[in-house]
Amino acid sequence: MADEKHLPESAAGLNRRAFFVKLGLGSLSIAAAGTAVFAYQFLSPNVLYEPSPTINAGNPESYPVDSVTLDVNSGIYIIHAKEGFFSLSAVCTHLGCLTAWKPDLGIIACPCHGSRFQQNGQKIEGPAPKPLPWKRMWVNDDGDLMVDRSTDIRPLQFVRV
Amino acid sequence: MAKTVTQYFDDLRDTRVWRSIFRSGTGTSTLHRSLAIQQNVFLHLFSTKVRRRMVSVGATWYLGTLTLGTFLILVITGILLMLYYHPSVPQAYADAKDLQFVVSSGLFLRNLHRWSAHAMVFLVFAHMFKVFYRGAYRPPREFNWVIGVILLLITLLLSYTGYLLPWDQLAFWAITVGSNIASAVPLLGNRIHFLLLGGNSVNANALLRFYVLHCMILPLTAIFFIAIHFWRIRKDGGLYAHPSEPATLRARAAAVGKEAQ
Repeated sequence: MADEKHLPESAAGLNRRAFFVKLGLGSLSIAAAGTAVFAYQFLSPNVLYEPSPTINAGNPESYPVDSVTLDVNSGIYIIHAKEGFFSLSAVCTHLGCLTAWKPDLGIIACPCHGSRFQQNGQKIEGPAPKPLPWKRMWVNDDGDLMVDRSTDIRPLQFVRV
Repeated sequence: MAKTVTQYFDDLRDTRVWRSIFRSGTGTSTLHRSLAIQQNVFLHLFSTKVRRRMVSVGATWYLGTLTLGTFLILVITGILLMLYYHPSVPQAYADAKDLQFVVSSGLFLRNLHRWSAHAMVFLVFAHMFKVFYRGAYRPPREFNWVIGVILLLITLLLSYTGYLLPWDQLAFWAITVGSNIASAVPLLGNRIHFLLLGGNSVNANALLRFYVLHCMILPLTAIFFIAIHFWRIRKDGGLYAHPSEPATLRARAAAVGKEAQ
């Protein structure tokens, strides 16, 4: 095998054409992957001009005991139970419709596909796959109730004022 | 002797300008008529020759052609509606109302757009049923059936994206529900939902994205696949003829004879 270097096939089993084909296809694959990453990043907004997830729900005294108050614009319930305050997402866990509190029945009902929930968010019936999540709630330095809509908490963590 | 209108038209068709545009020229021979189809960028997608009974109403009920008709109406009325519609949160709903009550013929154009959209969805399904029950989807036309399914999906996506644009309660909640269905995709669901809406909720970005999808991306995609769809009719052997039809049987017998040689 003294004249091995004269063979068209190199040590790696590649001739010149196959090498450039591989180089070309490899470059195109890298470029395609880069384009996919670029497209994904471009299509994901980095700044959102959406309402803040943090809601100032005002003075706790404006919510009487055993009351369920729907804030339509922010999609949350402020509930003053005997154990204390808590906040519940009003957005149905099925397909995102806004639920409503039915005071005569004492339940939360979704108008779209008929899901029903208890006052504490537990599902009673309907297509909703999950209970309504509890949202993080606290009292700020001014004594106002604050709710962070972006943070779910475990249920039954009441805020006492 | 006075010339007839046809003779004037034939003279026109023999002028140098006309011949520079339509090269086939005058004449009624098979060659002339074939060239008239082949040399036209739009008509060359179609077969140069079609059996007379294949273009009878009974064969197809013209459902595909009618679908194209509604699509053309939608493109024209849609472009006109775009002249008065701003895809922005403060203006979209007011513009839809203006089109209905203030713009001359706006009500007519908006309703024409709406009813054509309904008709197109209906006609696409009717066309597919007709093709299915005649067996026209079978080889060698199976790929054109696949193109047809893609066109069905584009039609439904066009309807869906157009639904948001009036920016009323119906639109808002329909898109809220519809986009949440996308969230059900395993693993990627929430990411797809975010990309589709350009945010976490149906808002200004979602309106603009649906507008661009509805007016640019989906119609251009539709036109691309419609062109392939028509061209494949010719490439897959022309309009479908039922196997029990005499011409089909003769053609098959000839093919078998050729194989035997």
